[in-house]
Amino acid sequence: MSTVHLSAITKQFGKVTAVEGLDLIIKEGEFFTFLGPSGCGKTTTLRMVAGFYYPTKGVVKFNDRDMTTVPPEKRNTGMVFQNYALFPHMTVFENVAFGLKVRKMSKAETKKRVEDVLRKVRLDQYMERQVSQLSGGQQQRVALARALVIEPDILLLDEPLSNLDARLRDEMRAEILRLQKEYQITTIYVTHDQVEALTMSDRIAVFNFGKCQQVGTPTEIYNEPVNDFVAEFIGETNLLPVREAASGESLRSFHADVLGGEVSVNNTSLNIAGYTENDDLMMSVRPEAVEVSGQRVTGANVFPGRVKMVQFTGAAVHTYVEMNEQLTLVGTALNQGPSTYLKEGADVFVRLPEDQIRIVPKAGV
Amino acid sequence: MLNAEKRKTLVLLIPVVLVLIGYVLYPTLRTAYESFLHNSVFSLQNYEDFFGSKAKANLQALWNSVWISLLSVLFSALIGVPLAYIFNRYEFPGRRFFSNIAIMPIVLPSLVGVMAFMFLYGEAGLIPNAIKDLLNLSEVPFKIGGISGILIVHAYTMYPYFYMTTASALSNLDPSLEEAASNLGANRFKVFWQVTFPLLTPGLVAASLLVFMVSMASFSAPFLLAGGFRVLSLQIYFSKINGDLEMAATQSVILSIVSIVFLLFMRWYQGRKDYRMASKGIGAHRSEVSNPLLKWTMVTLGVFAVVILLLPHVTLLILSLVPEGSWTWQTYPTMFNMENYTMLFDTPYIWEPVRNSLIMAFIACLGVFVFGIFTSYALVKRNFIGKNLLDILVMIPWALPATVVGMNLILAFNSPNPFSFGQILVGTFWILPLAYFIRFLPLVVRSTNAVLEQLDDSIEEAAQNLGAKWFYTFRKVVIPIIMPGVLSGTLLAFVQAVGEFPTSVLLYTIGNRPISIEIMNQLRMFNIGQAAAYGMIQVALIAVVMFISSRFLGVKAEKSLG
Repeated sequence: MSTVHLSAITKQFGKVTAVEGLDLIIKEGEFFTFLGPSGCGKTTTLRMVAGFYYPTKGVVKFNDRDMTTVPPEKRNTGMVFQNYALFPHMTVFENVAFGLKVRKMSKAETKKRVEDVLRKVRLDQYMERQVSQLSGGQQQRVALARALVIEPDILLLDEPLSNLDARLRDEMRAEILRLQKEYQITTIYVTHDQVEALTMSDRIAVFNFGKCQQVGTPTEIYNEPVNDFVAEFIGETNLLPVREAASGESLRSFHADVLGGEVSVNNTSLNIAGYTENDDLMMSVRPEAVEVSGQRVTGANVFPGRVKMVQFTGAAVHTYVEMNEQLTLVGTALNQGPSTYLKEGADVFVRLPEDQIRIVPKAGV
Repeated sequence: MLNAEKRKTLVLLIPVVLVLIGYVLYPTLRTAYESFLHNSVFSLQNYEDFFGSKAKANLQALWNSVWISLLSVLFSALIGVPLAYIFNRYEFPGRRFFSNIAIMPIVLPSLVGVMAFMFLYGEAGLIPNAIKDLLNLSEVPFKIGGISGILIVHAYTMYPYFYMTTASALSNLDPSLEEAASNLGANRFKVFWQVTFPLLTPGLVAASLLVFMVSMASFSAPFLLAGGFRVLSLQIYFSKINGDLEMAATQSVILSIVSIVFLLFMRWYQGRKDYRMASKGIGAHRSEVSNPLLKWTMVTLGVFAVVILLLPHVTLLILSLVPEGSWTWQTYPTMFNMENYTMLFDTPYIWEPVRNSLIMAFIACLGVFVFGIFTSYALVKRNFIGKNLLDILVMIPWALPATVVGMNLILAFNSPNPFSFGQILVGTFWILPLAYFIRFLPLVVRSTNAVLEQLDDSIEEAAQNLGAKWFYTFRKVVIPIIMPGVLSGTLLAFVQAVGEFPTSVLLYTIGNRPISIEIMNQLRMFNIGQAAAYGMIQVALIAVVMFISSRFLGVKAEKSLG
């Protein structure tokens, strides 16, 4: 087990900068996720940890050892590839035993360990099968077993679930977490799926355009995004541009041009992210915080609108309210039965609770 | 660090580049250089002689080569395309059998094929004489020889290129495209000309250029059938026999230029048009032929085609059973026994050429196998400056006609140089294995490239990640995965090397004469039976290799040919 320490990492491919000025510390035994859209630099960073790329600038350390230019075969990391990369000419047993054979472990010990790990991923029945005879989920588990059996210092998972169907994905998510807890192994998980990231991680790093936007626990990332990119990428949100208007002791007010009015927001760090004078500001309100009502509601931040569409998804009901030609807000409520659904075309009032709004700066590119 | 990776690439590249420069580039440049020497003085005299009025024969031969090749393309296309369309688009009894037989000409080595044709349709051929006797004619009704002979042999041996490209294009064609056209109101005729045919054109153009190049390089057919008719590949041979190496070099350069121009044109064309379709899960769809008249016409056509296609093989088999001296003035052979085969195994003099061919092909293929894997690995999996150049260097022997490859070696190794370790290689045993090695290197590199490109980089990375060093990964992971593809390519190279004629005839010595040369000798002595028996050995060898490839290596033989 190791900590991973990335400092001032920059990686360039020719003229393209894939990762820029990255600083990260991943703690021992932590389940750490790199999250971001495709091409954001998350896989590049993972491959620098694995040793397939060497950073153009910066240092990679495992514990206190400088690993920046150590070749991949000497890093003792276990990686699970997106396409599993199982050796097609070997059986399940041979695939899992490969890393032990390279480490010149005795036949008996190898057999014992391979059987052990295959039992843990529930594939002991399939030991002698060719890998091509396995289903996608089973192949995935072989890949996991192969990475775990060498007792790596760090487990690296590169979008391991993206080739599985939805049901299997849920199952494997639980499986990976169970194994990670069992082995207490430092894990880096790369994904573009925010649900995966939120449900599995101890901490998440959100990437965009080669830069790490924010590092935090799932609740921090969701509730206190540092900029509009993070707010929008994780979960659903209503985003609109605002300007600072007035500042008070417990409340601050912002002017939203698209709403044609002022919005007051609690003056706490939970509601207002750090920003500088030059930043353009955005207001983010999660749909589940937006209150839509057929009757006039009293209080601050109430605006009139007209229901454009009501979308029934089962557990939740999304109500799309057209505030004016430029702006439609979405409110989400748990399903309370047909009597509570609003009619399309109905005039309604929308309240944006001052303790649920988050003011964030626009992310620089 | 970066340097470690680069060092690995460099270690890999140095032997590859050295071999290619020494045995491919240097001989080619040497020929180009010699072509400017006239009586060892630098001049343009050879080119003036070639194009000038002094030696009209050369220019005539170039012109003959070109139009023979154009006609070969036409005839091959006229046979290959309709055959492929019928066998792949209509369902009728025996269709599968017919479509398998249709590629049989590739089982016949060119020299052996030409020989079979001579005895089938030539002056003393079995078919013309049989017709003559059946109809009580005073003269044979027809005979092939000269131009018609060359063209017929070319059409027979080269139509599979058209057949295979058309067949594969048709099976990749999404039937819903044609259905969409019908749905939009186009009749059958319109559907074919406006949708199907345009989608086939890229393949057809590629096949045309390939057939053109192959017939420009064709040597065996003109050698045996041309009579007084001259083509350029043959002219090179005559110049060499007459001792005018400088003229042979000039002729080689001109023939190479024509071939390479066509190769470049082919590459450009293939890069320009790409009609490959993205749609997945294409189901083959064939129209059931329900009209009985049409159905039986097709079956008859199929049977007819099978007979024509297999006749050379059958003839070869029959001839190989005719013992020496038993077929002289008679119209038909009179005696059949296994003498030619038993002699092969109990007469050392008869067996020697077979042994020579097998040994030399084995040495060449061992080299091609090892060297091909490393070259291909460098080309596909490594990044370095000048990769395109290396790619071109590897493919030069493929683009050059075999006669030119032979000339290149003569000119490069008839004097000592560092690449021959200070020896004169011409006139020794080693020049032929070297020639086979160079000739068939592109074939193995191409088949290895194909499998390596299929191998995802992550497989190697996974092994590395699990702690395996580069060479361990290469041995235990890369090699076992690509082995079937490499082996099938090497086996194909092996059988072709065993039958190789054009370079052999330029470079052989008495000590290492291969099968193809001995076939020539036996023909010259009118010992047709023994020549045919040699031919049968080659056919059997090819059949075995194709069986192994399709059965154990999972590679379709016709795939490795293109």
